[in-house]
Amino acid sequence: MKPFTTLDALAVPLDRANVDTDAIIPKQFLKSIKRSGFGPNLFDEWRYLDHGEPGQDCSGRPQNPDFVLNKARYQGAQILLTRDNFGCGSSREHAPWALEDYGFRVLIGTSFADIFFNNCFKNGVLPIVLPSAQVDELFRQCEAAEGYRLVVDLAAQTITRPDGARISFDVDPFRKECLLNGWDDIGLTLRHADKIRAFEEKRRADHPYYFA
Amino acid sequence: MEAQTLYEKLWSSHVVHEEADGTALIYIDRHLVHEVTSPQAFEGLKLAGRKPWRVSSIVATADHNTPTDHWERGIVDPVSRQQVETLDANIREVGALAYFPFKDARQGIVHVIGPENGVTLPGMTVVCGDSHTSTHGAFACLAHGIGTSEVEHVMATQCLLQKKSKTMLVKVEGQLGRGVYAKDIALAVIGRIGTAGGTGYAIEFGGSAIRALTMEGRMTLCNMAIEAGARAGLVGVDDNTITYLRDKPFAPKGELWDKAVAYWRTLKSDEGARFDRVVELDAAEILPQVTWGTSPEMVETVAGRVPDPAKIADPVKREGVERALKYMGLAPNTPISEIPVDQVFIGSCTNSRIEDLREAAAVAKGRKKAASVKRVLVVPGSGLVKREAEAEGLDKVFIDAGFEWREPGCSMCLAMNADRLEPGEHCASTSNRNFEGRQGAGGRTHLVSPAMAAAAAVTGRFVDVRELA
Ligand code: SF4
Repeated sequence: MKPFTTLDALAVPLDRANVDTDAIIPKQFLKSIKRSGFGPNLFDEWRYLDHGEPGQDCSGRPQNPDFVLNKARYQGAQILLTRDNFGCGSSREHAPWALEDYGFRVLIGTSFADIFFNNCFKNGVLPIVLPSAQVDELFRQCEAAEGYRLVVDLAAQTITRPDGARISFDVDPFRKECLLNGWDDIGLTLRHADKIRAFEEKRRADHPYYFA
Repeated sequence: MEAQTLYEKLWSSHVVHEEADGTALIYIDRHLVHEVTSPQAFEGLKLAGRKPWRVSSIVATADHNTPTDHWERGIVDPVSRQQVETLDANIREVGALAYFPFKDARQGIVHVIGPENGVTLPGMTVVCGDSHTSTHGAFACLAHGIGTSEVEHVMATQCLLQKKSKTMLVKVEGQLGRGVYAKDIALAVIGRIGTAGGTGYAIEFGGSAIRALTMEGRMTLCNMAIEAGARAGLVGVDDNTITYLRDKPFAPKGELWDKAVAYWRTLKSDEGARFDRVVELDAAEILPQVTWGTSPEMVETVAGRVPDPAKIADPVKREGVERALKYMGLAPNTPISEIPVDQVFIGSCTNSRIEDLREAAAVAKGRKKAASVKRVLVVPGSGLVKREAEAEGLDKVFIDAGFEWREPGCSMCLAMNADRLEPGEHCASTSNRNFEGRQGAGGRTHLVSPAMAAAAAVTGRFVDVRELA
């Protein structure tokens, strides 16, 4: 997992509540043998005017000009502003895979579905929950000013707006440590790499027939 | 020192690190890999820029998606083919101790090829992204099925995060009757303790009836431990274990062999070791078993009848039985022996080894498939099993009886390839799961031993195989 420390990036406002995982990545894309490459199909049914199928080249597909991600001013955005209950529906880990593959590292909203919220942390995506008044203000500012950027500092737990206002947010200390260091379960286990190596060497000496 | 169970010995010899809450890092000796549950794990590894911790622990094969006939045509289904080709590419890139790809002479079901190549050895921890990994416990291995994220975890760290299980001893004393096999013991145990009876436990099988079983029989038993809810099945090491492994391709040789055997001999529960639960069965009382419902615990003897929901007081249980009978298209109180059989499947990681095929062939010999039976598939567990069976002439016996002799693979155990049931068809199957739709949408599976499956093939119904002798 990529570590997350600070991010200075363009924000895009997705002004909808209850965005479910099937909207984030429609079910026909789950047959894939991969967990990367879902980015072009993120929000597939909203982004494109035709029906998407797995394995299709998306570059030539007709885009929906009204969908916010397609607007020129939001290209390259890495921060997604969302509304209530983002990520509800099935538990598919493909949803955070798709968001991450598209380039999003931070999601800011008033609430996130539980399983989705967990899945984000496993995949290097930071979901931030803020009171609705603050989210409203971010939406307002973001829509008003082109090139609206936010600076997210995980260690300090702050979001800095272009006007200099600093918003602090909560994050579980254990998850914070994992994200800062880029630790997933594997990363955590590898903190014991020396112990594993020592165990392995002793085992190799005691039971060489397992290491043929 | 306090008397230890086999499970405790295997557990304590693999703990690398333990957290205060009892979660432990367990060192993994052998990682078996197949095409369905590995692609995302390989990719995750690559994306994170990680290398497998110990490539020589990996043994891989393609089994779930591979066709069992017309190998010259390759894999026709594009989604299946892509999964198999992805495994090919991943192993080419990453490496492995051994890889038995599609069409290889030693390709086969992952739980068949492990033991027969000697890559499954006593005292090992064995994992695979497949629940029936419990099979390998027959060799006194601690063998677990794992999920895709854990496959990646094991590749990257050579460890698995685990909590210790409770221990259960299933003790089967006495002598099995004629026509009664390991599969019948397994189904009888599940019928007794239920499909959740082993949840949270590692089950060790012991007693004189288990010691009398061949390694093939013990694998059948441990394979089904997962259907009793257990994470692992175990049998202690004895002469049968050692004899089976001697001269297997990847088994140690020479001095190393002697050293290994000396250690392996200690891999059994100590006299007086305490188990959290003990279940006892009398081997002589076990009769040929047939499942009638949609869970392996819905099982009867061949002489029995399908239950009558009206006689079941517990409303939850009654409803479960009613639903199962409806799916299976069976009326209450139907004698098991009157259930008509449309197809027969002899195969799967439960019953596709040479001994299983011998038992089926002994019944099929000189007989013919019943006219009412549409198809009988015999699918050996591996290329090695296939060739051994052919050397003994078993293929001829099956073909003469009107059975189809196929190429190795998982086949109709889960119907991921082209072998499957039509809706409503009843199948006498030597596999391990009779869930709704397991062998094809609407298909009705009855789990039985290979001998009982062959008997069903030649009579068109479930008969006590002892009547055919
Ligand atoms: S034979 Fe059946 S149970 Fe065994 S590994 Fe294959 S699909 Fe799974």
